[in-house]
Amino acid sequence: MADPAGEDLAREDPAVLREYYRQMALIRAFELRAAEMYTRAKIGGYCHLNLGEEATVAGLTAALHAEDFLFATYREHGYALARGADPGRVMAELFGREAGLSRGRGGSMHLFDSQIRLMGGYGIVGGQVPLATGAAFALAYRGGPAPDAPAVMCLLGDATTNIGAFHESLNLAALWRLPVVYVIVNNQLGMGTPVEAAAAEPELWKRGCAYRMPGQRVDGNDVLAVRDAARAALDCARMERQPTLLETVSYRLRGHSVVDPARYRTAEETERLRREDPLPAFRHRLITAGVLDEETAAEIDSEADMAVAAAVDFADASPPPEGAALFDHVYATPAASMYRGLPGDPVAAPGPAAGPGPGSVGGPA
Amino acid sequence: MTVISYRQALHDTLRAELLRDENVFLIGEEIGVFEGSYKITAGLLAEFGPRRVRDTPICEEGFTGVAIGAAMMGLRPVVEIMTINFSLLAIDQIVNNAAKLRSLSGGQLSVPMVIRTPGGGGQQLSATHSQNLEVFYAHVPGLKVLAPATCADAKGLLAAAIRDDDPVIVLENLALYNTKGEVPDGEHVAEIGRAAVLKPGRDITVVGYSRAAVIALDVARRLEDDAISAEVIDLRSLRPLDRETVCASVRKTSRAVVVEDDWLSYGTGAEIAATIAEGAFDYLDAPVRRVAAAEVPLPYAKPLELAALPDAGAITRVIRQTLEGN
Ligand SMILES: Cc1ncc(C[n+]2csc(CCOP(=O)(O)OP(=O)(O)O)c2C)c(N)n1
Ligand SMILES: [Mg+2]
Repeated sequence: MADPAGEDLAREDPAVLREYYRQMALIRAFELRAAEMYTRAKIGGYCHLNLGEEATVAGLTAALHAEDFLFATYREHGYALARGADPGRVMAELFGREAGLSRGRGGSMHLFDSQIRLMGGYGIVGGQVPLATGAAFALAYRGGPAPDAPAVMCLLGDATTNIGAFHESLNLAALWRLPVVYVIVNNQLGMGTPVEAAAAEPELWKRGCAYRMPGQRVDGNDVLAVRDAARAALDCARMERQPTLLETVSYRLRGHSVVDPARYRTAEETERLRREDPLPAFRHRLITAGVLDEETAAEIDSEADMAVAAAVDFADASPPPEGAALFDHVYATPAASMYRGLPGDPVAAPGPAAGPGPGSVGGPA
Repeated sequence: MTVISYRQALHDTLRAELLRDENVFLIGEEIGVFEGSYKITAGLLAEFGPRRVRDTPICEEGFTGVAIGAAMMGLRPVVEIMTINFSLLAIDQIVNNAAKLRSLSGGQLSVPMVIRTPGGGGQQLSATHSQNLEVFYAHVPGLKVLAPATCADAKGLLAAAIRDDDPVIVLENLALYNTKGEVPDGEHVAEIGRAAVLKPGRDITVVGYSRAAVIALDVARRLEDDAISAEVIDLRSLRPLDRETVCASVRKTSRAVVVEDDWLSYGTGAEIAATIAEGAFDYLDAPVRRVAAAEVPLPYAKPLELAALPDAGAITRVIRQTLEGN
């Protein structure tokens, strides 16, 4: 748990602590702006925010090596930012622009950046869990355990532990000893359903017991606790090929997505969430420990705001993908007879005798 | 050329690809120790070991997703799904991940994966084990769906699928595993997206794929005795679909029958008939007819099963009816 006296902070590099705060502040500013941009119809589709999960995001990404692979959920803006994606390109993806992280093809739920080994956000609940397991399979296929061997981290929500793909994946990872860490980001709710109403074992990390997979529950509002637990689990994956099921407990500060007013939450609960908000808590903790002063903290906050304002400007100025690019990036290998008609286009030319038609539209790609 | 079985052609191709490329590995239920439910992978575990030939527990969604994840990392998994019926448990991974990842990532990722799976009825396996669900997958952009009918294509299309950088479903057929035919020796990689004219003809075009193409060819050969010249087209690839070869044939023959083992409504034949309606309308002398499976869960009892599946008799009858109509 957080140490208000700052004793555990004394062991930390102050610059690193300030960097965690910077990341958390950036995510907070980005998500608040994303919500605003959504209401201004700059962003379409679904848009899920990491508000309230900033400490978890910063802690988990701090534990990752640059060589590690991260599979995320649709609630992943913060992870892209914390792993170092350019905020402008993240916002551009939300805006559906060609300069976006996924060239405007994915949107908020599907951020991909192979440069930073962000292997995607996934919109089908649990869909990413077998993929992450397969990525770990590929790592094990290619190399043995080592202190610097790459590993995979797979994020999933609390409610996702009720999905079959989650259980199948844990079984395979444990059976085959794959270098993967599954992280349940327990924000207490799956849409409007509390954990206890959905999971017969609400201590979710214990679900790994069925696969003899070690696990642990940590305070997701404590960036250092999250980081240390994730680091230990990743080391275990790297060096012993032992997968882990980690559970971080935090709170979703707003609705499931931007459009959800979260009326199923009581006023008292909302008030409690505000009090336990990890961002001001960490700020206060750093100031108490002398790592930050008010002035520096305010500076970091305003830098975050400026970075996000620049991101919005960049996204706004970026062009959307060209209509002619509609069929780009669907297949990797061209093949004969690919049909690339638009709605209303013919599938086949009527044939030579039928008039001066344009000729075959079904020819080689 | 060497005459071998369809099963042997698949086996030999898997072995050759495992030898050729270290990134290729096989994964599926009972493919190793048990040597495959239909023995396509016989001997491969012994030769290549468990790293390259990976037995899985029964978890189609899990191991198909694992293969997709491995493919995203540059490996080239060849998944065996015991029969296409069980692919329903993996359909989310196939449709929502394999088919989508290249597009969703804006071209950053690809999924060079193959799913081999047999379909088909006629073995008295009844309703849940005899389905032809290939159109489920052929409907989905991002996937490629191949259906070899001949032993040569069993080799050539499987090799092409393994070397392709997209997710490819290779539809095998229980009724074809023991068929024999000539197979080119050495390297033989077919081109994806090209139909084949199995037999040229003048009077009518008969379109099929997988087992249906084989029966159609047999029927066409016998009709030669009655001076009926039928051109038989084997689609070979359901996605992409070689519409031009079909239309070019119909522009020549002016009549067409589609033979398919899937159910009639919304099936492959519907797609072919619509294609012909656009691509050869002015040339048609008769409506395009379809010979497809009866729309019932396939029954166990032999007479009922036989009644439900397209056979040479039904194909011959519909060809004759189509030739008589004008
Ligand atoms: C297979 C599937 N079913 C339902 C949905 C709709 N859905 C989206 S998110 C969600 C709740 C998931 O909750 P949790 O796993 O706790 O993640 P969180 O949203 O809290 O981060 C649901 C039901 C979906 N996207 N996919
Ligand atoms: Mg949740």
